[in-house]
Amino acid sequence: MMKKEYSKAILEEISKKFPDVVVKIHSARRIYIRTPREKVFELAKFMFEEKGFRLSIATGIDTRDGIEIIYHFSFDEAGTYYNIKTLIPKDDLKIKSLTSFLPAANWIEREIHELLGVDFVGHPNLVPLLTAETWPADLHPLCRDYANEHKDIKIKKKP
Amino acid sequence: MLRRVVPIGPYHPLQEEPEFFKLIVEGEKVVDLEINIGYNHRGHEFISPTLTWDQVPFLVERICGICSDSHPYAYVLAVEDCAHITPPPRAQYIRTIIGELERIHSHYLWVGLAGHFIGYNTVWMWVWRYREPLLDLFELIMGNRNHYAINKIGGARRDIKPEDYPKIEKYLDLLEEKNAMFTNAVLDDPVIRARLEGVGVLSREDAIAYAVTGPTARGSGYACDVRKDDPYDAYDKVDWDMVVFPEGDVLAKAKVRLIECDESIKIIRQCLKNMPDGPIETRVDDIPPGEGIGRHEAPRGEVFHYVRSDGSNMPVRHKVRAPSFMNIASNVVAVKGYSIADAALVLAAVDPCYCCTERTFVYEDGKKKYSGQDLLKLSWAKTERIRRRYRK
Repeated sequence: MMKKEYSKAILEEISKKFPDVVVKIHSARRIYIRTPREKVFELAKFMFEEKGFRLSIATGIDTRDGIEIIYHFSFDEAGTYYNIKTLIPKDDLKIKSLTSFLPAANWIEREIHELLGVDFVGHPNLVPLLTAETWPADLHPLCRDYANEHKDIKIKKKP
Repeated sequence: MLRRVVPIGPYHPLQEEPEFFKLIVEGEKVVDLEINIGYNHRGHEFISPTLTWDQVPFLVERICGICSDSHPYAYVLAVEDCAHITPPPRAQYIRTIIGELERIHSHYLWVGLAGHFIGYNTVWMWVWRYREPLLDLFELIMGNRNHYAINKIGGARRDIKPEDYPKIEKYLDLLEEKNAMFTNAVLDDPVIRARLEGVGVLSREDAIAYAVTGPTARGSGYACDVRKDDPYDAYDKVDWDMVVFPEGDVLAKAKVRLIECDESIKIIRQCLKNMPDGPIETRVDDIPPGEGIGRHEAPRGEVFHYVRSDGSNMPVRHKVRAPSFMNIASNVVAVKGYSIADAALVLAAVDPCYCCTERTFVYEDGKKKYSGQDLLKLSWAKTERIRRRYRK
């Protein structure tokens, strides 16, 4: 009844089309694909439009080497998660937005923009989604240095 | 025509994501929608890395008061994926049963409120009358009518005692009969059909583009259900069907929810029948470095949790994605072209809470024009019009 195997054909196609990806198989249903940031847009477009993947969410993580973004794509036919991982250096926080072909990426890119300070190039409406209207624009709550430096920040009341 | 703004919101207390809908209307017709969220953001992703692995379930349980089993469930699955732990079979069955009981009570909540909103208080009272014994059942099994705290990394925290099985079975018998009655009553009524049919259509293409999940996706003909696609715990050991309707309107979503309750009853019966004996938890010493993904089919759709571990006793990063985060965004296309009286119903079809409509005001030239109560009355008046038409 159930397809327990992840599709090897898709992985082979991906590594053929995008030669610089690194595939790591965590388990049969969780696959991590590391890719340079220039290739994320093409890879995501290929997965969504040609393979019929569904974007679940994107996770941003502040690591030692830079901001890491993981796009979690679900392949519902086989029940497998394909996670596109990319690393953005901290001195150039920019990545191409996926909203031009995938409206579902709209909110999550806004969220990562305000919580981690990553700029999504080509996003139509990059305004804060979750934080208060008076929240300072250069303060990113999920960054590592925020927790140490701004422990007792006071938010200004609306005039 | 002059464009006006009808604000619905800004937040309601029961859902995890309070929301604010700005309907842009021309006369009675909705032409555009803006959505604001984040009014009550509680920073779970910030708090979670300050708690230990075993404390986090109690935190994420409080994300949502209605489906309080789904978030700890997905979190526990994520940690087990990270550490490659398999819980003992009895714990898997217990978790499955609780997950399904919760689905019934959440769907009943929606059906009741939808009935109340379109002016059918009979539906509301009936449905909630049979939701009540279910909450008593939760209290019997877990000691709480809500916030069950049943999930634990490596198993379940409480056992379902064999002497409680007959009580659950008795409730399921009652529910099976009543659910058939509701389904027939709701779907045969011409007025309810007229209110829900062809309203708030979300096409299959839009459902895929906006990546909606759960009954919202299945009501639009997009068959995705984690329990079938990526079965966890006991879901691949029981026999049941996925409910999919292709129409994409509010009626299709109501049908999905009502008929899914029957499937849930089926799953619980099989779980109770085949419940294995043995321990309910495995010993978990530490979580190795790595990352894990857990997904659970909550009543509203797929709950997604991602955890990353560095080998310490706390998660380094914990990402939570609730189904409403994707579903609410799809309202932008679903609500366009319908009247104000239908708008609040369409906005609620993805199963947020109805309290938002009680907080509605319409301002014109600085004066209050409609309040939430007026909007409710508009909706009732529409039902009354349709009812009169059908009476002739």
